[in-house]
Amino acid sequence: MSALTDDTLPVTPRAMRDEMIVFALMAVLLGLVPLTGIYPFFVMQALCFALLACAFNLLIGYGGLLSFGHAMFLGTAGYCTAHALKVWGVTPEVGILVGVAGAAALSVVTGFISIRRQGIYFSMITLALSQLLFFIYLQAPFTHGEDGIQGIPQGYLFGIFNLAKPTVLYYVVLAGFLAGFLLIYRTINSPFGEVLKSIRENEQRAISLGYKTDQYKLLAFILSGTLAGFAGSLKVFVAQNASLTDVHWTMSGEIVLMTLVGGLGTIFGPVVGAFVIIAMQQYLAGFGQWVTVIQGVIFVACVLTFRRGVVGEIAHFFRRSL
Amino acid sequence: MQALYAQLLVGLINGSFYALLSLGLAVIFGMLNIINFAHGALYMMGAFCAYFLLNLAGIGYWWALIIAPIVVGIFGMILERTMLQWLAGLDHLYGLLLTFGIALIVQGVFQNYFGSSGLPYAIPDYPQIGDWRGLQGGINLGFMFLPIYRGWVVIFSLVVCLATWFLIEKTQLGAYLRAATENPTLVRAFGINVPRMITLTYGLGVGLAALAGVLSAPINQVRPLMGADLIIVVFAVVVIGGMGSIMGSIITGFALGVIEGLTKYFYPEASNTVVFVLMVLVLLVKPTGLTGRAA
Amino acid sequence: MKHRISALFLGTALALAAGSGAMAQDKTVKIGVLTDNSGLYSDLGGAGSTLAAQMAMEDSGLAAKGWKIDIVSADHQNKPDIATTIARQWIDVEKVDIFMDVLNSGVALAVNNLVKEKNAIMINTGAATSDLTNAQCSPNTIHWVYDTYMLANSTGQALVKAGGDTWYFLTADYAFGHALERDTTAVVVKSGGKVIGGVKHPLNSSDFSSFLLQAQASKAKIIGMANAGGDTTNTIKQAAEFGIVAGGQKLAGLLLFITDVHSLGLKVAQGLNFTETFYWDLNDGTRAFSKRFSERMKNKAMPSMVQAGVYSGLVHYFKTIDAMGGNPHDGAKVVAKMKELPTDDALFGKGTIRADGRKIHPAYLFEVKKPAESKGPWDYYKLIGTTPGEQAFRPLSESACPLVKK
Repeated sequence: MSALTDDTLPVTPRAMRDEMIVFALMAVLLGLVPLTGIYPFFVMQALCFALLACAFNLLIGYGGLLSFGHAMFLGTAGYCTAHALKVWGVTPEVGILVGVAGAAALSVVTGFISIRRQGIYFSMITLALSQLLFFIYLQAPFTHGEDGIQGIPQGYLFGIFNLAKPTVLYYVVLAGFLAGFLLIYRTINSPFGEVLKSIRENEQRAISLGYKTDQYKLLAFILSGTLAGFAGSLKVFVAQNASLTDVHWTMSGEIVLMTLVGGLGTIFGPVVGAFVIIAMQQYLAGFGQWVTVIQGVIFVACVLTFRRGVVGEIAHFFRRSL
Repeated sequence: MQALYAQLLVGLINGSFYALLSLGLAVIFGMLNIINFAHGALYMMGAFCAYFLLNLAGIGYWWALIIAPIVVGIFGMILERTMLQWLAGLDHLYGLLLTFGIALIVQGVFQNYFGSSGLPYAIPDYPQIGDWRGLQGGINLGFMFLPIYRGWVVIFSLVVCLATWFLIEKTQLGAYLRAATENPTLVRAFGINVPRMITLTYGLGVGLAALAGVLSAPINQVRPLMGADLIIVVFAVVVIGGMGSIMGSIITGFALGVIEGLTKYFYPEASNTVVFVLMVLVLLVKPTGLTGRAA
Repeated sequence: MKHRISALFLGTALALAAGSGAMAQDKTVKIGVLTDNSGLYSDLGGAGSTLAAQMAMEDSGLAAKGWKIDIVSADHQNKPDIATTIARQWIDVEKVDIFMDVLNSGVALAVNNLVKEKNAIMINTGAATSDLTNAQCSPNTIHWVYDTYMLANSTGQALVKAGGDTWYFLTADYAFGHALERDTTAVVVKSGGKVIGGVKHPLNSSDFSSFLLQAQASKAKIIGMANAGGDTTNTIKQAAEFGIVAGGQKLAGLLLFITDVHSLGLKVAQGLNFTETFYWDLNDGTRAFSKRFSERMKNKAMPSMVQAGVYSGLVHYFKTIDAMGGNPHDGAKVVAKMKELPTDDALFGKGTIRADGRKIHPAYLFEVKKPAESKGPWDYYKLIGTTPGEQAFRPLSESACPLVKK
């Protein structure tokens, strides 16, 4: 059984230097977006999903755990943040904290349950748990069912930054994305990340080396869920609403698709994948009916012929890990 | 108390759909090590197939019960030959992703052509013998009015489930199947065409899904998304039962249908979530599932 | 890309017009049809809504008077965040003046906020939530066709009057279902009826038999279905199976559309009661429009009330901006003018728009025909009662809308 990700590429100091260069390039390019006339809301949305996909990728690419329910963290954090902002009237930074805390709490519980099984069972369990949560949110009064929480005030971050201004909001979202991205990058290259990779490769061996693999997996799950929640909290400020679509299983499928397109287990892949899929949704909106079919075709094509994803193929071509 | 009996019976009906679907998943999983995410879409195709047979070719329900599973089964075998077989040797998760993509495509295409509100399909009204008008109408059991069609669904799916169990556990063919699962190389050495066997197994599993689709067509609207949410519940059923044994998935399917039926009576608000809650409980107590070996 | 170029072009044209100080005579309009092209509601709105907008534009005769009208349409995929991103881009980049259709309550409320913030216009013909003209009302939004309050009110009132004085509810267990049940209960009780029970079922249940058994055992004369979409059609289908209608109980749909009846078929749907505000076979005007509409539809479908509303709403919008002599690109101002002028079109007849943005027109209670009574495809309804517009909708005295002066 070959692993999901391509690990033949060496992680050398030189590769890490390359990665930092690409990261700096990405940060600068994204920082210039508001000056180019590209529609900022599109990029903001894509950034939120990029962070989400990176968080998901931490679990699948480095932990070998395919979660088919990551939308539950996105949606939970979104609802918590939206509720805190609108009903409790808290400041944006507190709102984000509430959302992230909510996602973290959820990931502790769901992680504890789902890491009890591996492989396909893990995927099915996470999917079932997210469906359970979907029904709970559907019926819970505070989410307002199908109407969602609407018209969320954006407010002033730290009392200074006016988030109602698109440019200010853009840089805040960008800063959030970059911070989350760096945290994930740091995790992957930490001793913790190395243990995680060894568990993915051969769990029995890791156990015999004395690692409590369940604890490592749980920790990775919590980290991934919490960061996905952070993405969900940021998204509330962009979309100004929180709705059921963010907890639905189709959203979980889209997260998987983004990462798959970009490249499972690559550092920049999920970012590229998120931009591709979000752009597709926006520009295919006029096509209407074919959006789901096209997504399905991409899924099939990726799995059959393009398993490394966009970034994975590029990395493979240059023989560098990216 | 009377109402309780009625709910138990109604639960059994839902259970037969769970059993048929999780049985198909278990059969496929046993042989291909793939979780067939497209199962819900293929179930939907079975129902649509029955609709087309009736409206385009004038072929009624009884023939559809035979033809639709064969047609959809062949479609499944084509999928296996053209796509799934290339995933042999790769991580099982790729099979999940591929079939998820197939499900999106199939559901999307059907939605384009048939909208989303669905198409009607009536309960068959033939053969007519005396007062019987096919499977229409119902019988008053004293404690409830049982539509004949519902009774038919329970009995028929029970028979199909047991027949499948018999085929796999008790016949020569089944023995080959099980052997090929354990050790494909050895079985191949005996001169058995393993790839063809895999294709046929996938066809069988898909056929079972399509059969469930035909059975549900007269009860539910024939809709492109009819299988999309159902499949997630069936996944939970599979996690509870474990996919280790054929009988296990049949029994779990029926049992969960009954439990869900009881929930609908005692606490209807939770009837959509009860299966998932049970899944969580089972995982906490016995992580391998009720009948399962370790994955 | 094409959109962007034309937007750029439009932008230059606007700048030129502004430069010559002739803003009042700016005769360009952009209409955005934001609908569900692929999901649950695509039969109800979707491509048909875009066609209805097209027909309204052609019928308006504004092109001959020097107006330049563009229509764009997009699929919001029933996701509020996708809808707001599209809508925001439409307003900021494409300079869309008016949003039509906007099916799905969640999407509608999200767009409602945005349209108010950006001072554009929304004529909502698709969403059910009565919040659009109540607590969430806005000076930029008109709710055209129907809402939950009206459906509950009209169906409840008329059925109790016709002798259906005991009710049992099958309610979808979320905010929408609860609101429908609450509003209908109020009307039933006010009209002298009694609610003897109910059961809440989860959304997207595929099996309703246990709930139907409970409804059957209640012996209520009317079984009110406070749910929507696939839940309603499955309830109806399975009720036929359990012989509920044959046993003398009546099913009342609180949110049903002609597309649902079409998909169920008359055999199953016969005898069903529910309210709509438009039916293609109501009078000569509706028949003439529907015939033209159906000929241009891919599947020859008759218009739903949502699609008819798009046409009717745009007819009034065009009339208003024509009377104003130009497009001021000021949503609140145009909506205020629209509220001043009386509405009149072939589809919904004469009507008015209230201060809270509620369009007022009669509501019709229909019963679905038996298969033998139907003369052809789409011949589905018998009209059994009409509630005048003034009585059908939520009275302003009960309104929580801040725009209503008390």
